[in-house]
Amino acid sequence: MSTQVPEHVEDESSAESVSPGKQKRDQKKRERAQRIQEQREAEAAEKARSEDDTYHLKVFRYDPEVPEKQEPRFDDFYVPYKQGMTVLDALMWARDHYDSSLTFRHSCRQAICGSDALFVNGSQRLGCKTQLSDLAEPVRIEPLPHADVVKDLVVDMEHFYDQMEAVEPYFQTNSLPDGELDEQRQTRENREKVKMSTRCIWCSACMSSCNIAAGDNEYLGPAAINKAYRFAMDEREGEDMKQRRLEILEQEHGVWRCQTQFSCTEVCPKDIPLTEHIQELKREAIKNNLKFW
Amino acid sequence: MYEHDVIVVGAGGAGLRAAIAAHEEGADVAIVSKLHPVRSHTGAAEGGINAALREADSWEDHAYDTMKGSDYLADAPAAETLCKDSPKETIKLEHWGMAFSRDDDGRVSQRPFGGLSFPRTTYAGAETGHQLLHTMYEQLVKRGIKVYDEWHVTRLAVSDEERPEDRTCHGIVAYDVQTGKIEGFRARNGVILATGGLGQVYDHTTNAVANTGDGVAMAYRAGVPMEDMEFIQFHPTTLPSTGVLITEGVRGEGGILYNENGERFMFEYGYANNLGELASRDVVSRAELTEVNEGRGIEDEYVHLDMRHLGEERIIDRLENIIHLSEDFEGVNPLDAPMPVKPGQHYAMGGVETDENGETCITGLYAAGECACASVHGGNRLGGNALPELIVFGKRAGHHAAGKDMEEAKITTGKVGDYEEAELESPVQLGEVGIGEDVVADGGAAADSGASVSGADLVQRTVEDERETVDALLEKEDGIQHAEIRERVQKSMTRNVNVFREEEALKDALRDIREARELYQDVYVGDKSRTFNTDLLQTLETRNILDIAEGITLGALARNEFRGAHWRKEYQERRDEEWLKHTLLSWNDGEPELWYKPVILEGENKTYEPKVRSY
Repeated sequence: MSTQVPEHVEDESSAESVSPGKQKRDQKKRERAQRIQEQREAEAAEKARSEDDTYHLKVFRYDPEVPEKQEPRFDDFYVPYKQGMTVLDALMWARDHYDSSLTFRHSCRQAICGSDALFVNGSQRLGCKTQLSDLAEPVRIEPLPHADVVKDLVVDMEHFYDQMEAVEPYFQTNSLPDGELDEQRQTRENREKVKMSTRCIWCSACMSSCNIAAGDNEYLGPAAINKAYRFAMDEREGEDMKQRRLEILEQEHGVWRCQTQFSCTEVCPKDIPLTEHIQELKREAIKNNLKFW
Repeated sequence: MYEHDVIVVGAGGAGLRAAIAAHEEGADVAIVSKLHPVRSHTGAAEGGINAALREADSWEDHAYDTMKGSDYLADAPAAETLCKDSPKETIKLEHWGMAFSRDDDGRVSQRPFGGLSFPRTTYAGAETGHQLLHTMYEQLVKRGIKVYDEWHVTRLAVSDEERPEDRTCHGIVAYDVQTGKIEGFRARNGVILATGGLGQVYDHTTNAVANTGDGVAMAYRAGVPMEDMEFIQFHPTTLPSTGVLITEGVRGEGGILYNENGERFMFEYGYANNLGELASRDVVSRAELTEVNEGRGIEDEYVHLDMRHLGEERIIDRLENIIHLSEDFEGVNPLDAPMPVKPGQHYAMGGVETDENGETCITGLYAAGECACASVHGGNRLGGNALPELIVFGKRAGHHAAGKDMEEAKITTGKVGDYEEAELESPVQLGEVGIGEDVVADGGAAADSGASVSGADLVQRTVEDERETVDALLEKEDGIQHAEIRERVQKSMTRNVNVFREEEALKDALRDIREARELYQDVYVGDKSRTFNTDLLQTLETRNILDIAEGITLGALARNEFRGAHWRKEYQERRDEEWLKHTLLSWNDGEPELWYKPVILEGENKTYEPKVRSY
């Protein structure tokens, strides 16, 4: 494209790399950037001071690489409140206006990606769907308990993923229809039965809340057992696969470890009746006459 | 350095499907993704998958609807491929155990969607994307396909020939978010970009925070044209305070839009006298904003979407997720009150120029899904056509990259054949700031060594170059932070390059983008840690946002007509004699170069004649 540039716009490509002109321009650029940055921080502080409604956050900080953060501590942030503001909104505001090193996972901000499960005022919650207005101040925000902290609010998820994968988390059947356009049939009732179990977003809030999982690193945990339930109860998999699934769930660190404390069910942001699913699998296992740990 | 036959960048619907397909062909395939696969934004898709599954329906009808919906800017070979392949790919998901909603006879349910002549949208409640994403990830686990998760791909390793059509992609450079390490990934056969949307260019979007258009920007800087970038879809029903999506399924099931006076404006004011709320998305978005602009909006901002009359049982059966979204994010229980909704950025019809096999003009480089422009959606995407796009084109790209023989593509890529140079007057200089000083185009690593460099060497040199860039960013002690720059661009795009567009505002946006580019010259990363440095990650993303924002705005300024989602104040008509063509933008050593290529309206059995779109 021939771009027609008005004459007053300087053509920077003609500048030499070390000319005094360039040095001067660089200096000016730096000064401008500095000014903008300072202005932004001042405005943020002013906003927090002047708003009637400001939320006080106490946020857990830790970074193994940064000397002053190697010893875990809590930082205070004051965030101006806007109607509808969530914990995630407040964290993002604090990061973008006060401290760009404040670190947490997040993406969809609509409770479907499952990446921002946090420990907020002593309970596992998704930051994006927790309204600040529902919380007592100061709002204490910590990483999920019972997981290794990588940095600030980010925890290592590897163990959780490994447990999920341990239950063969995929559909299996020996009797698919022949035609590539022929569906397997599933009754509405059966779909209804597995529906809640399919809603898991792998946020690991349940695992973090579970006392048993905290004490027994090999326990499959509520999320993985729920994943197995999702397939074991799906009539399309058929009886042949159900036996195999129950064998996995019957193992020493499987369903029998659950002590029915309901903490997983309480914290699940997708309202999955996790404890109930685990109990139902225990009943199935008994019907199946499998071993009791 | 890591090495695989096929490397897929991105782990949403298109990336997972591509990886499974490449694996089926026997390739050693790996996925590199900045999020863990189940965090991908495909999971947020709600509505459904269009597939002609029933006897009374046909792929030809689906293709006709798609071409009409596109306002005759889709390429017929791509649209027809989508519609022909979708039924068997949709049923493949059923065979993989996906939890579709069911009819009484146990078959998968289908429902009506905007712009469709048959109720062919197959769905799983209002969480179709979530079910699809998880079903495919399960298949990935089953096959043991390697995933490098939380690795952010920053650059393509592409050879440095003069013409992009002569270049080859040998791999990628990625940054391990957990450790800060920068490594090369050599791809023996091909790289498939499946990086999804770019909604973060706007400040009111349904897109995830991660959707920063990385794939489109990377491919663009490596020499692949960006195609039809001006066509941004605004979804008519997003929640005003957050941009959270309220599926078109609500209108598909019979939800009604009202203005402040309680009038059913789609009919009352003649926006769509036949289909009303079920007109296509561009039509409904403009109708809503017109209501607001003419003083009939609620709080001068939004309209109401009411589904109470559908009854609790039907809502819970088909739209349950919407109750939670509306309650959690807007504080409105839609069983008791209408939901406030307004248009929000939702989908990019444009993207990386590919053919109907997913291949770009650079050998060994493919793209699929929202980041790609095949082009299936033309000027406007029909609801329910994004998910089939992921599975159909993801699979084709995966097969192709793994070496399967594909039919020769009917769509051409790159500057070949019948193209047309363009002229455009810009109020500011465009493109990268400081060209000729310290900017090296992607692939420049091999510039001084001619053709003898091996693929692995080229990847390694690109890695070293990238390490220098990142080190410099981390060493810089002061300057401006990316958040400030990103916010300026997002606000300007929402103000100036939205549903309604006019020349002066578009030029304002270009000025703002230029200013942001200059500021970016002095960007610095406040967080100096190598561990999980999201500050660095977002700073790298912001550069992509700048290139993409400029692409969208330039396309919008060039296209002086009204087509699909692209409305121009000065040009209130579709101008077929001049504009049945795609806009393409090439990175000419950092300076955007605009050109055009004709739309292909000839399909397999018929030619799609442009007609007035009435709904």
